[in-house]
Amino acid sequence: MRCQICNKNDATIHLTEIADGVRTEMHICEQCAVEQDIAVKSHIPINELLSNLLAVQPSDDELSGSSEQSLACPHCGFTLAQFRKEGVLGCPGDYEVFEKTLLSLIEKAHDGKTAHCGKIPLKTPRDAKKQMELLNLRQQLDAAVQSEDYELAAKLRDKIKQSEKEQH
Amino acid sequence: MKLTDISNDINEWFDGSGPMADIVISSRIRLARNLAGYKFLSRCSDKEKSEILDKLRDIMMSLDLGDKVFYVSVNDAPTLNKYFLVERHLISRHHAFGKGPRGVVIAEREFFTAMINEEDHLRIQVLKAGCQISQCAEQINRIDDMIEKKVDFAFSPRYGYLTACPTNVGTGIRVSVMLHLPALKITEQIEKFFNAAKDLNLAVRGLFGEGTEAASDLYQLSNQATLGVSESDIVSRFEKTIIPEIIEYENAARSHLLSKQSDVLDDKISRAMALLQNAHLISSQEALFLLSHLRLGINMHQHMGASTPAIERLRALCGSGDDPDKASPLSIATINRLFMLTLPAHLQINYGKPLDSTHRDALRAQIIRSALNQQDPRKS
Repeated sequence: MRCQICNKNDATIHLTEIADGVRTEMHICEQCAVEQDIAVKSHIPINELLSNLLAVQPSDDELSGSSEQSLACPHCGFTLAQFRKEGVLGCPGDYEVFEKTLLSLIEKAHDGKTAHCGKIPLKTPRDAKKQMELLNLRQQLDAAVQSEDYELAAKLRDKIKQSEKEQH
Repeated sequence: MKLTDISNDINEWFDGSGPMADIVISSRIRLARNLAGYKFLSRCSDKEKSEILDKLRDIMMSLDLGDKVFYVSVNDAPTLNKYFLVERHLISRHHAFGKGPRGVVIAEREFFTAMINEEDHLRIQVLKAGCQISQCAEQINRIDDMIEKKVDFAFSPRYGYLTACPTNVGTGIRVSVMLHLPALKITEQIEKFFNAAKDLNLAVRGLFGEGTEAASDLYQLSNQATLGVSESDIVSRFEKTIIPEIIEYENAARSHLLSKQSDVLDDKISRAMALLQNAHLISSQEALFLLSHLRLGINMHQHMGASTPAIERLRALCGSGDDPDKASPLSIATINRLFMLTLPAHLQINYGKPLDSTHRDALRAQIIRSALNQQDPRKS
């Protein structure tokens, strides 16, 4: 089917409009749709989906003052505002820190499911607390290197090595 | 191993072999993983990214895959090489044009790649020809087990494998099949396929990802939900329900074309042959569409015994076989080869230097002409 506007390209967009009980159909190509300012998105970009979902978050939390909205992750300094902008999280710890906000998004993205079912790592996974400890040690190491406190940095490096060794 | 060592040929999962390959060109499974104890990439400094990259690259290079592997530093790669890797589906567009230290480990036979520092620390994928989803699943699971012996992945009992984007959390698995659906397109039923996919919560993308749906009759279909459903359930849903249904739709459309609209079918095939055998400038998109119609004709003959005047003329065409002096019947492998080798970055890498679009169109047309006119003395 040819595009009804340019009559050149294949019509890949098919619009049906019902106004006052009258049904009109339009078959156009993507190029003409863009020129005519007809929004065509076969997939909503993930960032947009996320911001839409986050924008309609209930504001109970905000009212009660315990808002995740203004929280920064203690492990990586990440905030929900950054998530809204970038569409990705800052560290594994964010799943816990921003759990309330993320849960409805997770539910929507995964057909209403909110709990893992499937492969579990062969080794007993390092528990969340240990994972976060290691994350925090690396954060401290970063800060120590930045402030040129090499004595502290060396100590932290040893601690990280020790912690990694315990698992292997 | 250099990219030019692989650029002259197609990879083994694109050679037209494998079960149900007339419709399911290839199967792919990827897993998203992140190292425990590290931040996700959006919060990592370049130094941390380099640390992750070094650690994971060493592990990936030492895996026992039954094939040699090579490494490409994506951040240092020339733009043309990045496009080349994307065209071959060895890395994603996101990886090609991302930021910071990142790379990819590739098995020489190209059935396995590991993108390091893409959106997650590690994304491994296994690709196979035709419909071989459970075989991909089995192999990638084995590779994942090998990696897990050497590192800890971020994992929570509640949410499973933790990923940078919550849409991949859980199993972190993406099952994806590349489908050739020309008859659904010709019979104007492709929208039905899009809608069915949407109802099943599956994503449809074009040959080269989002936004390229209209670029050819090749589509990639993949699962979206990764949490609350096991890897084996996702795989079996594809194999037992989704794929058989799509094959049935496409085959019904092919039968309809043959019995009710053979003029339309012959017109498409004849026009494709005439243009591909004679044109001197062909864009990449035009080539994809026209080659798709040749592929349809050959497959309809091989799988349905179809014999129309245009299909018979198509069968009389010869493609280049292994021996350049001896032409062999035009095969699906030859068509697939033309699909891949005439893509913009492939053309330029094989030519040895960058070409503007007119020169690319001319070179593309020349390669196709010479492949299709192999044994026709009037045209060679």
